[in-house]
Amino acid sequence: MLDDLYKEIILDHYKSPRNRGEAPGYDIKARGLNPLCGDDIELTLTVEDGIIKEARFAGHGCSISQASASMLTEELEGRSVADAVGLADRVREMLKGGDEADADDLGDIEALRGVQKFPVRIKCATLAWNALKLGIQEHENGSAGSMDRTESGAAIFTDE
Amino acid sequence: MAIADKSATTDGKTPGPGLRPDFPILERRINDRRLVYLDNAASSQKPESVLQALDGFYRHHNANVHRGIHTLSQEATDLYEGARAKVAAFVGARQASQIIWTRGTTESINLVAHSWGRKFLQPGDEILTTELEHHSNIVPWQFLAKATGSVLKYVPVPEHDTLLGADDFARMFTPRTRLVALTQMSNVVGTVLPVKEIAEIAHQHGAVVLVDGAQSVPHMPVDVVDLDVDFMAFSAHKMLGPTGVGALYGRMELLRTMDPYQGGGDMIATVSMEKSTWNAVPHKFEAGTPYISGPIGLGSAVDYLAALGMENVQAHEREITEYALESLGKIPRLTLYGPRDPLSRGAVIAFNVEDVHPHDIGQVLDSQGVAVRAGHHCAQPLMRVLGVGSTVRASFYVYNSRDDVDALVDAIATAKGYFSD
Repeated sequence: MLDDLYKEIILDHYKSPRNRGEAPGYDIKARGLNPLCGDDIELTLTVEDGIIKEARFAGHGCSISQASASMLTEELEGRSVADAVGLADRVREMLKGGDEADADDLGDIEALRGVQKFPVRIKCATLAWNALKLGIQEHENGSAGSMDRTESGAAIFTDE
Repeated sequence: MAIADKSATTDGKTPGPGLRPDFPILERRINDRRLVYLDNAASSQKPESVLQALDGFYRHHNANVHRGIHTLSQEATDLYEGARAKVAAFVGARQASQIIWTRGTTESINLVAHSWGRKFLQPGDEILTTELEHHSNIVPWQFLAKATGSVLKYVPVPEHDTLLGADDFARMFTPRTRLVALTQMSNVVGTVLPVKEIAEIAHQHGAVVLVDGAQSVPHMPVDVVDLDVDFMAFSAHKMLGPTGVGALYGRMELLRTMDPYQGGGDMIATVSMEKSTWNAVPHKFEAGTPYISGPIGLGSAVDYLAALGMENVQAHEREITEYALESLGKIPRLTLYGPRDPLSRGAVIAFNVEDVHPHDIGQVLDSQGVAVRAGHHCAQPLMRVLGVGSTVRASFYVYNSRDDVDALVDAIATAKGYFSD
């Protein structure tokens, strides 16, 4: 059963994270924190004409949170901002166990489906995607949402 | 009907795997493995005798306390106050009334911060604590400092062994030091502090001493009179009792001068429409109908521990600690934190495995039936001292054995298998 969680592709993203760091001259920035387990992810995105040109992540946490963020950055480049929100919704739906979730074209991200069997780890996998949605919403509305935040501005996500 | 006094069933028993049959939950299998419960610093398991005390109260004696003329109320009061006397004796308090029931260590500390601190601290007064503390022995003092204009200071903890001596405290005192709030045993690295020596120095400086005994009272002999401390806070659920109840021991002269904690029934002597006067200690601090079965369960738990003998409990845990430190120390790429000498620490062992996050270790261990804690353990200042965000923590108790250490070591090898290249 543990093999459903720690798939090769997930461990690969954890050990060799893609797009780590900060996107130079970023347009969108979002930081999500789970204070219960300490997972902390900061996403930075550059956007040109509504298309995400570069996506990077920083922070620390368990293999699931970090692999999920790494996969997210790979998947976002070249997508429209609107498309990114749709993707975040689909990934979150899949992680939370929606059977009908259309995950066929999610690429590497589909490997995260195994967290369904480990309910306490779902929030690890959703953290980056929650931060992404929040960052885009704030970027579009031009204001901070109504999330609880730490003094450093990280939005607090305690569940999935 | 006679009041059931479930005396401990431990006569002639010694700490170790022989106690396992007393703890029904330890028969559970987790992920098709024997449960190896190593999360005792978070919460201990409960013996059959405690479960029976809790159940028996509701089945046979349930009524409100301190009120009724009727038989059940008298029985409930006798059991409830009888538990206070047992717990007082367990920590060496001279009088049962020096034990105040609370929801646990956290509430005990908050009670002192509120009822003593807000009444007696002045702007510029100093509160001294340490970098080893659990958040529950930090945050209430931050509140108090803000409310009174007093200043919170920390005794720095050395990263390499986390040991603190009386000298480390001595150099921190100033004429404004009014309170020293310290743990007796770290909930992360197991470091044991020389509380008696520190209390002596604190009293020479006219400071009051509060001890967080959440980890020490369950695991070693504690005598508040011998230690000469002013307050000792501890929780039932970490010492074989139920969750939701704990105690505050206090020096009687201080308890008498302190303000009440919450207003309500049971804590008053008289109430008129203009003002009220307070009931005697400890009732002054116990407003409202209490969690009656909780202290009764704790009373049963201290019966169990007292029958084992706390010296025996401590000796057993030292032996396991020594074996665990030796076994874990042999694992490549594993870092142990805290003191290496089993005599200066309790059976709480924090460690990390290189390049594997503590939560991932915890997950793999769970798949092997081994329950540990992973995270910052409500001690973020200490995590900063150790230079880590989180650790794995294995913590042992009376029912654990060397076999449990071996199971932990095997499970760590399995975890490393997943994450090694």
